Amino acid sequence: MKHVLRPSQYAILLGVMLSASVGDSFLKRGMEQVGAVNLHHLGLLWQALFNPYVDIGIVLLIGFFSLYTTALSWADLTFVMPATAFGYVVIALMGRFWLHEHLSLWRWLGILLIVTAVGFVAGGPSRTGHPELDRMDAGIGR
Amino acid sequence: MRSSPLHVWSAILFVATLAVMGEVMIAAGMRQLGDLDDLRSRRGLGGTIAAVLTNSRFVVGALCMALNFFSMLLALSIANLSLAGPAIAALTYVGNAVAARFFLREHVDRRRWLATLCVVLGVILLSR
Repeated sequence: MKHVLRPSQYAILLGVMLSASVGDSFLKRGMEQVGAVNLHHLGLLWQALFNPYVDIGIVLLIGFFSLYTTALSWADLTFVMPATAFGYVVIALMGRFWLHEHLSLWRWLGILLIVTAVGFVAGGPSRTGHPELDRMDAGIGR
Repeated sequence: MRSSPLHVWSAILFVATLAVMGEVMIAAGMRQLGDLDDLRSRRGLGGTIAAVLTNSRFVVGALCMALNFFSMLLALSIANLSLAGPAIAALTYVGNAVAARFFLREHVDRRRWLATLCVVLGVILLSR
């Protein structure tokens, strides 16, 4: 059975793709300002909570988890998986165009492969499985 | 002290297994609850959040993900990030596809296996 996604569901998948990678980037930026945390400097973790980049990163990662669980309520894990992998592409492209880092040919090939994976999955149904078993599952959980 | 390859790969496998268990349990919990938009229209936002947070599969999955986070820190203390990062990600993607096929009863067709293979290779290449 073909499950057609609503525009709001595409927006959620886009949020899954962007929120984790952008959140990780903010956390990295914040932790660079805070300094290296080790067993002798655990107090820095408390200090990190007052860094605006760390705070934005945490909010984005909470947002990612909410969007990810929402997506799993109407799509298969194997459908959502490539969307989470697309975060690696976002990080690589942010490094290239925002931080002006060099991207090797291997990394461009990696980007191409992950984009291809998203293309493969996006062309198919978002939800598969056995409807009668899903109904039995849903009956247990309500 | 330098850790043995067996030690390093055991840690990598342990972290990836926890990630797969966490993601599969969360996916199973969400599948059990059904479309959250429908649930929200019936129970409101508070009721939906309560339904998610009291779903036992979701709770077990979230606990596995929390354990995964801390075991990742442990794994990174004995393995290089350049090895552990892509190895854990690649094993998690393959493990998720296999677990989704057998535990979540998803129809993982040739298209989705190819996508999984592309993701695994892509993650490995991006970490080079």
